Amino acid sequence: MHDVVKEAANFISLDWMNIAYLFIVGFVGGLVSGFIGSGGAFVLTPAMMSLGVPGLVAVASNMCHKFPKALVGALKRAKYGQVDVKLGLVFGVSAEAGVLFGAHIQESIRKAFGDAGSNLYVSLAFVVILGIVGTFVLRDALKIYRNGNTSEEEKVTRLSKWVQSINIPGTMVYFKSLNAKVSVLFTIPLGFATGMLAATIAVGGFIGVPSMIYVLGAPSLMASASELVVAFVMGLGGSFKYAMNGLVDIRLAMIILAGSLFGIQLGAIGTTYVKPVMVKMVMGVIMIIVLFSRGLMIPVYLSQLGLIQTLSEGTVKVLKNTSFAIMALALLIGAFIILRAIWQGRRAERMVTKEVIGHGRI
Amino acid sequence: MGSSYGKKKPIWKMIIMGVISIALYATLLMKQDIINDLFTRGGLYAFLPIVMAFIFSFFHGSFTGNFWRVLGIRAAKKKKEVK
Repeated sequence: MHDVVKEAANFISLDWMNIAYLFIVGFVGGLVSGFIGSGGAFVLTPAMMSLGVPGLVAVASNMCHKFPKALVGALKRAKYGQVDVKLGLVFGVSAEAGVLFGAHIQESIRKAFGDAGSNLYVSLAFVVILGIVGTFVLRDALKIYRNGNTSEEEKVTRLSKWVQSINIPGTMVYFKSLNAKVSVLFTIPLGFATGMLAATIAVGGFIGVPSMIYVLGAPSLMASASELVVAFVMGLGGSFKYAMNGLVDIRLAMIILAGSLFGIQLGAIGTTYVKPVMVKMVMGVIMIIVLFSRGLMIPVYLSQLGLIQTLSEGTVKVLKNTSFAIMALALLIGAFIILRAIWQGRRAERMVTKEVIGHGRI
Repeated sequence: MGSSYGKKKPIWKMIIMGVISIALYATLLMKQDIINDLFTRGGLYAFLPIVMAFIFSFFHGSFTGNFWRVLGIRAAKKKKEVK
């Protein structure tokens, strides 16, 4: 570990361009997190690495900005009555266990197949999980739009009705977001899976939020808000673990935090202007775009492992850059949808106010 | 003094929290070497980055929250029905 600490001590020097870059990426990441409960990490870590930050330090510093950001976001959304603290904590603690297990698997894969093997595992996990969950979330959102009943209350899925109907004595806990009792034998494995995914692709919320919605039956606004509690618990534990080994570059973490606290407040405000289906829409869109971005990298890792013909350096570079650009695009599209929703919501509100005032005068 | 701006625009709170945030960030960037050295020692020193993250999130979080309120960007007046 001494070597790692020594490596970490040689943190990069920061100039104003780097600071501005991290601030902006932090802002956009925060905006999306405040809205859908997760996101940003998959761009932030590579963004730091592109400045020359070693991978492990980038992951550690990302963690250290994540938990205070999630805390601020959760507090804000709690004000709007969207947070189920109990559900967040139950998920969070089991997610912490999932993170440890996921990190262990990563370590074993790296030992057996090297960095390329581990990267391939991460990319495959991205593609398979985002492919399944992302398609499902997006299809659900589109179905609601097509039916034209976006204002209607969200329907509880058949699966969640079944989960809520199972009574296992001694394990039942009441969750206010579900307005029902659910056995922790269901919530613990879901939290564990969230943590495992967080340890693998850095964004556990892609499992956490959909599982709260579709498996447990939580409304999407509450699921995305409660995920911030999960992110806080996971981030705090993770940051401490990395900080014990001296891997956190606090300057990077705090600069990203500077931008992301502006973003997360705005994202949280955004949720009060939209219909719940919008959360599903933004989440689904981001998941599918990110899936393509990671998919592009698979041939690179396959070639590094010698499983396919070796790719030329130029091709690898093009694939890498395109992949990063697509990821950044995913965040920007998410940010655009959120900002537009706030803009439209505020304009509609102003028009209603004007009408009311106008009527009052007559 | 602040009340002349109306209750809903916490301008003074924003300014105070903003000044504290700037001071915190200026200290962090000016004392990079000492901070990096202390914060990466590992072991019990791991509490330092955690505590710092909480301090920054408190002051800067309050600043950013007030910043949007001063700009007039608040939550929707009619809150969504959340069950």
